[in-house]
Amino acid sequence: MSVLLIAELSGGALALDATAKALTGAKQLGDVTVLVAGEGTDDAAAEAATLDGVSKVLHADAAIYGHGLAEPLAALVVSLAGDYSHIVAPATAAGKNLAPRVAALLDVMVISDVTGVVDGDTFERPIYAGNAIQTVKSADATKVVTLRTANFDAAPTGGSAPVETIAAADDPALSSFVEDKVQESDRPELTSAKIVVSGGRGVGSEENFALIESLADTLGAAVGASRAAVDSGYAPNDWQVGQTGKVVAPELYIAVGISGAIQHLAGMKDSKVIVAINKDEEAPIFQIADYGLVADLFDAVPALKEAL
Amino acid sequence: MKVIVPVKRVIDYNVKVRVKADGTGVDLANVKMSMNPFDEIAVEEAIRLKEAGVVEEIVAVSIGVKQAQETLRTALAMGADRAILIVATDDVHQDLEPLAVAKLLKAVVDEEAPQMVICGKQAIDNDMNATGQMLSALLGWSQATFASEVKVEGDSAQVTREVDGGLQTISVKLPAVVSVDLRLNEPRYASLPNIMKAKKKPLEEKTPADYGVDVSPRLTVVSTAEPATRSAGVKVADVAELVAKLKDEAGVL
Repeated sequence: MSVLLIAELSGGALALDATAKALTGAKQLGDVTVLVAGEGTDDAAAEAATLDGVSKVLHADAAIYGHGLAEPLAALVVSLAGDYSHIVAPATAAGKNLAPRVAALLDVMVISDVTGVVDGDTFERPIYAGNAIQTVKSADATKVVTLRTANFDAAPTGGSAPVETIAAADDPALSSFVEDKVQESDRPELTSAKIVVSGGRGVGSEENFALIESLADTLGAAVGASRAAVDSGYAPNDWQVGQTGKVVAPELYIAVGISGAIQHLAGMKDSKVIVAINKDEEAPIFQIADYGLVADLFDAVPALKEAL
Repeated sequence: MKVIVPVKRVIDYNVKVRVKADGTGVDLANVKMSMNPFDEIAVEEAIRLKEAGVVEEIVAVSIGVKQAQETLRTALAMGADRAILIVATDDVHQDLEPLAVAKLLKAVVDEEAPQMVICGKQAIDNDMNATGQMLSALLGWSQATFASEVKVEGDSAQVTREVDGGLQTISVKLPAVVSVDLRLNEPRYASLPNIMKAKKKPLEEKTPADYGVDVSPRLTVVSTAEPATRSAGVKVADVAELVAKLKDEAGVL
């Protein structure tokens, strides 16, 4: 069994955490080759080669791969697919954009958002926003899989795999990059942070969200938000934790002013320790929180910040 | 231009999902069903493009059980012009895989020749997030997934996408498949007069055999189980107790 793992890139740099977590899942399937396809990615390829358990890195560096456009990347992956039994990507926005396109071009079903590898053909994945876990077995010749990174520990570094440069595939020239609006932040990345502080509708306004951010900064944490907070304009969309946002599993998750809708719980219930601060003692979030504090967040959050 | 909007009949998003005791799936008997929320956003976007004079005709397509005609009537009541229902199964518990759906949609696109397919990014039942990308691949079209803004400009569309670090804007050549995310728009409710009018709009019924598409599944469901539950912990009296618990008991601070 041989696996082609698509490395996650962010602005030409290796997204180490997502790639290393997906690698742990990929290693359960066979011998792993990592594909680094981007623009200005020599360092990313070299870094991918240091991940423990990687046999080889394939490095395709070309302008057409610079912004993760699905059409040229899928063409490249399909051109390599003949050598592999599995094609794996982390279940990030980039991975979810790419993997189904690759699968359709290979005439196979994609298996998205896998949370557990049973064997080479059989995978566990959540359905209905995590309200059920389905185990599916694939009859396809090539398995195309995206792995939910929160469910896999990051593979360590310490390896030294060879890096092989490969040529770019043909560019279908169907789409082009216009611009990125990326939030610049010194905070840890949401999906890999050890601590996440999230705010919900109870925070009440974009200005009040500064309270959540300052508690996060005191703790060296990432900032998250419920869908209600994002829809109300209190927080940007890429902070959303939940079924349709990001899935996180930090050591500590602090939910502030979040009632605990199913769609939010689907994104954070695998966190190791959950703290809920909410003035409504009936809020469903308390049913899954390890530590619940029934209090007005405008009193509790400054007091918590003070006490740390 | 013409736009195709695929819509799926799924369990209503407010209904509590129950796993069947025999582990074969989720219980859908006598459960309220509705249009997939992301597909409502797709229908709404197509209607807004029509209202802006960019789109002339909107064709809603659903694939599944016969009852999905209710879902199509909803799309017609919102503002779609006509509908195609492909009856692929008579079992409400059988979920057609995105690859099979994409193949059927490709056959519809080949006949209808739209300039754009606007679809929901994922269905809230199987959460696969795949049909739009797969359809785009089979057609050899461009794709713009997770759209939060769509602007049609001549023979291309500028689409802003929700990605992990923030937003990315790309330009896709038409024809294109656009899959929509939550914040693209807020879907309208159909008015009573429009619901009545929708009953008279054309709804054509087909089968996969009409298109010569094999819809047999590639994945076998081995089992469906309840997720591991997490039990409630303790309530703390104040911030001091919370900090003490996090430091001494949980060891996370």
